Amino acid sequence: MKTGTDRVKRGMAEMQKGGVIMDVVNAEQAKIAEEAGAVAVMALERVPSDIRAAGGVARMADPRIMEEVMGAVTIPVMAKARIGHIVEARVLEAMGVDYIDESEVLTPADEEYHLNKREFTVPFVCGCRDLGEAARRIAEGASMLRTKGEPGTGNIVEAVRHMRKVNAQVRKIVGMDEAELMTEAKLLGAPFEVLLEIRKHGRLPVVNFAAGGVATPADAALMMELGADGVFVGSGIFKSENPAKFAKAIVEATTHYQDYELIAHLSKDLGAAMKGLEISSLAPEERMQDRGW
Amino acid sequence: MAKIGVLGLQGAVREHVCAIEASGSEAVIVKHPEQLEALDGLIIPGGESTTMRKLIDKYQFMPALKQFADQGKPMFGTCAGLILLAKRVEGYDEPHIGVMDVTVERNSFGRQRESFEADLPIDGVAEEFTAVFIRAPHIVAAGENVKVLAKHEGRIVAARDGQFLGCSFHPELTDDHRLTDYFIGMVKEAREKNLV
Repeated sequence: MKTGTDRVKRGMAEMQKGGVIMDVVNAEQAKIAEEAGAVAVMALERVPSDIRAAGGVARMADPRIMEEVMGAVTIPVMAKARIGHIVEARVLEAMGVDYIDESEVLTPADEEYHLNKREFTVPFVCGCRDLGEAARRIAEGASMLRTKGEPGTGNIVEAVRHMRKVNAQVRKIVGMDEAELMTEAKLLGAPFEVLLEIRKHGRLPVVNFAAGGVATPADAALMMELGADGVFVGSGIFKSENPAKFAKAIVEATTHYQDYELIAHLSKDLGAAMKGLEISSLAPEERMQDRGW
Repeated sequence: MAKIGVLGLQGAVREHVCAIEASGSEAVIVKHPEQLEALDGLIIPGGESTTMRKLIDKYQFMPALKQFADQGKPMFGTCAGLILLAKRVEGYDEPHIGVMDVTVERNSFGRQRESFEADLPIDGVAEEFTAVFIRAPHIVAAGENVKVLAKHEGRIVAARDGQFLGCSFHPELTDDHRLTDYFIGMVKEAREKNLV
């Protein structure tokens, strides 16, 4: 009997496919998310748009919040640790959190090294903007990927860019011979063996969700259309006018992302979505996606 | 050729489709209740049982799934799928589809860090089968007509109740398709019976 194998860690993310993972800050929100059909919740102290507004250093949430959320729902509970913060990750693992997001939404603890995620029994999800970043995170042991997008903005443009880029780069390497692949590995800064595996299967070896800017049911469906395996919604739900209704609509739009009549119906009278931010209005230091490498 | 559906509301749908196709049958991803009519058998995949149940209700799948079972057509549930098939779920007053005569307990091996893989024998299927357990349920009690196919540390993790097959683990996460083959055998048998 073996725990923490690649199959067990990646398999957990496979079970989340086609689903929506929602950010929550307390038990009450976690219950709303579960009731709406979320496949998991991400327990946080603040949603990304509030982290953005608050400024300062963003850290792992108070363990009490994770405890409260884990006690409130039966679906899996995820939590965020700072990039490279070995101890925050170990603390979350010790608490029994089901998945850790090594996240650029929090202030990085290490500007040079990401966590060596292979050493952990608990699986990790990491953000990526391109195939090089995706392959590096996989080599470090990430069992699930997501686009970085631009968290807390309610603006889908960056998530779209990242999803399209990764998928286009996967398609590109599928047709390469090994000599070309080695040069591509060098150009991408990607481990050759990971690229070989991707070429063999014609897709990433782990699931890739959309994250960072999903604000409406149509946004969620758009990301599925572009090939996302599922969707993370951060600020989008609990910063909207009617979270319960919004959460349900996003879940349905993700399941039936090509049923446009249904999405029209779901989008009717939803109330205001979260207020969005234009990406170009962000100062370079406010761009969360540029954290990590 | 047997036509096997995979309930495609959420979860490991693609993996089951691959296993069915590798076993030489036709696979159909089922997103609407009307699709069930044309099928000979149905697999309910692993995923989040709570989420799947919400979507089953939302799209009025329940009557069609029950009718599918009433027609004697085989159904195979893995992990969350087993929970949906079970007649009794510990800690809940009502079952979901409630057709397989077993009682299941959800997340009975612990949280994700306790998830594991283990090699076990499956009666009539394999002497050794790599079973991947992810936040898995187990069968606490089985009705008298239920055939227990596999146990792990004394707990029932695979069983067959006539037309219903269920397991706690995820055969779809390995390249070993013997359990899927076994289910397809059940489907072919049921089809021949109906044709006679």
